[in-house]
Order: sequence, then C-alpha cells, then structure tokens
Amino acid sequence: MELQQALFTYCLRRGDDNLILSHRLGEWCGHGPQLEEDIALANRALDLIGQARNYLQYAAKVEGKGRSEDDLAYLRNERQFSHIKLMEIPNGDYAHTITRCFLYDAFHLPLQQALTNSTDAQLAAIAGKAVKEIAYQLKTSGDWMIRFGGGTEESHQRAQKALDELWTFTGELFATDEVDKMLMGAGIAPDMAPIKEAFDTKVNTVLAEATLARPVDGFMASGGRQGKHGEHLGLLLAEMQYLQRAYPGAQW
Amino acid sequence: MVMSALAITEAHVRALLENVKDPEVPVISVVELGVVRSVEIAKDKVIVTITPTYTGCPAMDVMKEDIKEELRAAGILQVEVKQTLAPAWTTDWITDIGKAKLKAYGIAPPEKTADIRALKGIVPVVECPQCGSKDTVMVSAFGSTACKALWKCKVCLEPFDQFKCL
Repeated sequence: MELQQALFTYCLRRGDDNLILSHRLGEWCGHGPQLEEDIALANRALDLIGQARNYLQYAAKVEGKGRSEDDLAYLRNERQFSHIKLMEIPNGDYAHTITRCFLYDAFHLPLQQALTNSTDAQLAAIAGKAVKEIAYQLKTSGDWMIRFGGGTEESHQRAQKALDELWTFTGELFATDEVDKMLMGAGIAPDMAPIKEAFDTKVNTVLAEATLARPVDGFMASGGRQGKHGEHLGLLLAEMQYLQRAYPGAQW
Repeated sequence: MVMSALAITEAHVRALLENVKDPEVPVISVVELGVVRSVEIAKDKVIVTITPTYTGCPAMDVMKEDIKEELRAAGILQVEVKQTLAPAWTTDWITDIGKAKLKAYGIAPPEKTADIRALKGIVPVVECPQCGSKDTVMVSAFGSTACKALWKCKVCLEPFDQFKCL
C-alpha cells in the first residue's frame, strides 16, 4: 500500500464516523425529549457534519481523481463506507443516544488532541479546530451520564442498559490495521495505546460518579473499517443519499 | 467605477469588510467577529482569507458571498475568498466593540478563554444582557446556533443567548 492510499483511507474513516453518527443524530430533529435537547442534538450533528466535510474534502484532494466531498458522501455504496458499527446502529431512547455520544466523545477527544501533532499539516489543522468542539461535547455528554446514573431508578436503569448494549461496539474504536501502522510510521497518525488509556480514564471517572457499572469486555464487533456493515446501513444510506440517487447531479 | 488593483489599499478593503455582517448575528461584522484573517492585495485580485467559527457553521458560505458582493459593489471585481482552518478561531478574536454590540443585541458575550474557570470546567458567571444581573443559570449547553448556549436570568426572568467561549 502506498502512503497516499493509506492517508485517503484514514481520512475516509474519520469522515465516515462523523458523517454516519451525524445522520443518526439528525434523525432526532423534531423528536427530542424536550425542545432544548432537540436543539442540542441538532447542534451536535452540525459539528460532526462540519468535521466530516473537512475530512471528506481532504480525502477527495488526497485521492486526486476529481471526486468531491459530495461524491464521497452520496455516491458510495455500503461496502465502501468505513465507519465503525457503533455509528450506524439505529437510535434507541435518549439514554442510548447520549451514551453512544459519550463513548465516541471519550475516544474522539484524545484522538484529535493527538492528531494536532500530526506531521500532516492539514490533519493537524482539522484537529486543532475539532478539539475545541469535542471538548464541549464530551463535557455535556459526560454531565448527562452522571445525571442519568444519579437520577431516577428508571434513568439509571436505561443508561446502564444502553451501556451494556453499546459496549460491544467500542472495541472497534481502537482497532488498528496496516493503514494505521503505515501512517503511524510516518508520524501522520497517532499511536492508539495512549488514546485507549485516556478513554479508559475518562469513562471510569464519569461512570464512577454516575454510579453506573462499566461493562466487562466480551465479544467485540469488528469489520466496519473494512466495509462490513450491518443491515441498518443500507436503510440509512437510502435516506441520506436519496436525492442524489434520484436526481443525479442536483444542486441547490 | 471599476477600480484598478493599484488604487486599492488593504485599509480600504478592511473598511469595506466592516459592512459585511454575520448573517446569523446581523449586528456584528465579519471583522469584529474575528473571522477575517488576512487581506492581501495581489497583482490582479484581492484575496480575503477567512476562518470558520465552528466547523459546521452554515453561515460561512453566506459570508463568502457577502464579502464578494460588498467588494464588487465598491468596484473591486477580482476577489478571491479563501478559507483556512489554522490557527483555529477563538472567541478571544472577537473585538471589544464586537462584544459590546453582542451585549446590546441581547447576547451575553464570551469570557476570555484564558479564564482559569474555563480550564477547570467551572460554569462561568454570565451577566444578563437585559438587566445586568449575575444571578443567571444555564438552561441548555446548546442554543439557536452552533456558537451559542441558552441561559436564563433569575432576576428579570428573561431567557437569553450566550456566545460560547471557544
């Protein structure tokens, strides 16, 4: 594999994680448990869309085949998407949505903090911008975990159920393959070990305060980075890509 | 009148940019907001470099067009608006005049990022832009746009937006 191909793939992975999760968050628009939280989720989705655009624009540039960010978002099929499965599973209740955000934020912040030191100037610039937004998101998702855990018996039970369900999707956050290894060798991508450590520390601290139990590592889902997704992705893409598929090249 | 590139000065362009407002907070200009990073008078065109406030901010594209339109109206036809990500925008770049305008508009301006309370994650003391009371409470960490949070004054009971510190 060439470095350019690895960088393209790496940007797609980061872009796809943000894009697919932002779509799931966007589905909450108009359905939030209260107006303020409805707006909060749309804001979160907007931040993720912005970060996804930065990565997909850069991926298109690195690839150098004349594709645009929109081509990458709207004209790829299931197997060409490289997000982890955590992002695509359908929304559950509010605790499920916030727990998914919290687990991603707790990984995403140390990852992007490390990427600010990337030898690739554009990746460092994207990260420098993203860390500020993610720090804010992690603070709010962490606060909600604590509120759920220490709230009513029902909120506690729902948050614990969400954690237990979603934990199996967290292994993929830290999985590395030849793409990561090649970029790590060039100082472009960071080592995952310290990022896992930061994730563990944050998750343990917040869950302890929330009186929620950290699930035991068991079977961990895999394959998303290689394009092996579940049945839900096709339905998600059918909605997300509908307009470009039905009216190719439509612009407004 | 179409101005030749020779007659255009950076100061002139910057003065024109003061007329370009943030489409979502129309009292503050793109200069006061700190998104204009540089103005360059090149041989055959004027290059304005701007940086986004939030990565997903939908106002950026509108600002780009508004900048071109403002300069075009002043006879400066060859304009390129570039976008840069680094260094990342911070609310510290909002000018003091910009902050005063936000407040007069009913939006509590951001505190300085160097504020030690921000580092420690302590909720800042936010002054109500309506009555000036410091007895206020955050209602939601996110507000009507990516750059704002929702607050409420406990004295005059008015809800208000706060420009998030970034």
